[in-house]
Amino acid sequence: MNPSPHASELAEGYAPRNYLNSPATGLASWLDTRDHKRIGVMFLVATTIALMLGGIFALIIRVELLTPGPTVVDAMTYNRLFTLHGVVMIFLFMIPAIPSGFGNFLLPLMLGAKDVAFPRLNLLSFYLYLAGAAVALYGMVHGGADTGWTFYTPYSTTTVTKVVPILLGAFILGFSSILTGLNFIVTTHTMRAPGLTWGRLPLFVWSIYATSVIQILATPVLGMTLLLVAVERAFGWGIFDPARGGDPVLFQHFFWFYSHPAVYIMVLPAMAVISEVVCAFSRKNIFGYKAVAYSSLGIAFVGFFTWGHHLFTSGQSPLTGGVFGILSMFVGIFTAIKVFNWTATLYRGSISFRTPFAYFVGFLFFLVFGGMTGIALATMSLDVHWHDTYFVVAHFHFIMVGATMMAFLAALHYWLPKISGRMYPEGWGLVAAVMVVLGFNFTFIPQFLLGNEGMPRRYYAYPERFWPLNVASTAGASVLAIGLFIVLVYVLVALKWGPIAGPNPWRSRGFEWDTPSPPPPENYETTPVYTHGPHEYDEHAPGVPAGVPPSPEPRHV
Amino acid sequence: MSDATTPTAASFLAHHFESLEKQTHAARLGMWLFLATEVLLFTALFAGYAVYRYLYAQDFAAASRGLATWIGLVNTIVLVSSSFTVALGLHHATRGDGKGTRTFFLLSFLMGLVFLGFKYVEYSHHFHAGELPGRYYAGELLGPGAPMFYALYFLITGLHGVHVVVGMTVLAVIGWRAGRGAYARAYHVPVELAGLYWHLVDLIWIFVFPLIYLI
Repeated sequence: MNPSPHASELAEGYAPRNYLNSPATGLASWLDTRDHKRIGVMFLVATTIALMLGGIFALIIRVELLTPGPTVVDAMTYNRLFTLHGVVMIFLFMIPAIPSGFGNFLLPLMLGAKDVAFPRLNLLSFYLYLAGAAVALYGMVHGGADTGWTFYTPYSTTTVTKVVPILLGAFILGFSSILTGLNFIVTTHTMRAPGLTWGRLPLFVWSIYATSVIQILATPVLGMTLLLVAVERAFGWGIFDPARGGDPVLFQHFFWFYSHPAVYIMVLPAMAVISEVVCAFSRKNIFGYKAVAYSSLGIAFVGFFTWGHHLFTSGQSPLTGGVFGILSMFVGIFTAIKVFNWTATLYRGSISFRTPFAYFVGFLFFLVFGGMTGIALATMSLDVHWHDTYFVVAHFHFIMVGATMMAFLAALHYWLPKISGRMYPEGWGLVAAVMVVLGFNFTFIPQFLLGNEGMPRRYYAYPERFWPLNVASTAGASVLAIGLFIVLVYVLVALKWGPIAGPNPWRSRGFEWDTPSPPPPENYETTPVYTHGPHEYDEHAPGVPAGVPPSPEPRHV
Repeated sequence: MSDATTPTAASFLAHHFESLEKQTHAARLGMWLFLATEVLLFTALFAGYAVYRYLYAQDFAAASRGLATWIGLVNTIVLVSSSFTVALGLHHATRGDGKGTRTFFLLSFLMGLVFLGFKYVEYSHHFHAGELPGRYYAGELLGPGAPMFYALYFLITGLHGVHVVVGMTVLAVIGWRAGRGAYARAYHVPVELAGLYWHLVDLIWIFVFPLIYLI
């Protein structure tokens, strides 16, 4: 966590006094920190470990599906593995990674603030994350659950596996998520530097703000629902048990009331990152600032009224299903607004095809492809056939995982110089990006085809006619895993030995680059005053040249 | 209190805020957002109640008639009065009178105890009558509705009871600190937020009472 050898601290362009070495460098100073940057970095480390864990589960699943019959694990272990893969990837990686990791690091920097509004609450949020992860991991080690991450009743209340610790773990993780969201909303409202009006906020902030709204409004309902399942399972109160007059479909309503908006908790921060990256690497201000900003709020709003499309085959009336289907398609409108604005931003821009931009291209493909299949799935007559097949699996991996992972990796490369003061190797970055994007496609395009041919999801064995496409999917997953492993290796190397990046290696006009890299503990020596929006490349000279520290006065004063 | 012991406005300002005014704004906004999440926590239970009341209207009505309405009524009056005394406590805090805040918060705390006492009477009655949730139900009513009613009854009033206990703890701590002169006329936002939380606990009961006892 402390990647700065002493000699290089004196190197030109590396801020000698930064949040990594002051006020102290010991482990205790990290665990007891109130600094949003350190908390953000700790979240990034923790979520990256979760990503590796979930990735290992995924690889075992893919190896198991290499042959039609049993391959490496037995059926029960397989059921546990896909459950744990889902739980770890969703609750431990995708929901917190970008908001709690990069969001924590960047939000106050982009607002010209010294910290988030409630620094102690922020640290509590991190410890709740660790506690929730620990409880969930305990459940995984001691039995694990075989319900799938959706915990559908009545199976989840009757299965022999240990569901309760994982439910409680997710419940605690929910509180971590709520507190982070609450903190970010209050920070955005009250901590903006002078002159930073809502119309000048970086688009990253707009999207993170929309995410936070979902986090605080939807997560309490999930918390209550998981608690009800735990009570039901532990004491048999019968809330969702049809044998006692309970209604299992009510569980599905409750669950998806959170878990569908949760998809936007994962993908809105991805859109936040992309809005920044597309500006910085095409050296143009965003096309249609207001449209992109408001469409984030639009997605957050509409996202609350689409949960019923998960219940098309659960006995919902066709009218209700149709209404939910049409409402779901509204999300496509808001997403399309963003996609068109991002691509319009590229038009006549000065594009530099660096690693973050490569991930932007991958993101765009996954978002559009995944989004279009989403529109198809929201059509009830089609969904009845695709329901619970690999088509759905491939769809949500494209839109949710593909888009989020591309944005996570774009953010990692774009902001690595900001966070660590050091640069990653560009050549390796592009190689890994190509492998990740292609590997992801080769993993999930076969799954679209499998689903279309009727292979159900979550099955341990399958008929031989599905064999070739499953082999292709596993091969793709291997390429993806190698690509991600390369990223992990060179990022770790770069943290220690990477070349000094300078305060602003991208010559970006994003507000967060106005301060030295790595930033000092108080972010800005004097509170900046903003007179224009972010990424205004056209009205100014080319910006701060790479490698030269900025003048002691903030640029905006 | 003399000026030497009264904290100055500047001593309340956290390092990362520009002014006390902004800090107060942030604290208030944060509390209101937190209250919103609390409302949503209960909303899930209320929605569940609505669904099962619709499914088992007769059973729910019969089970609801079995509750001691007078206890619910007394508890409502007690809680509403305790909100009034909390408001009086805040009134004293705005004048810089920490001891007055302590007195009224103590009164509210005691009313919280009264509320819990009545709740205990009620719960022990249910235990003796076998009116328990789900598979533990051994009461007189037939049909699946009554066990479900009691499952929701214990979940809703139990969760509310937990909030009463948390609220009483908050009132005790903040009241005690106010009595020691920890806040001033210029800055008493913790007193205000404690009051807000207690009002929410009260407000939720205002919904629970008619839902469970009356209709």
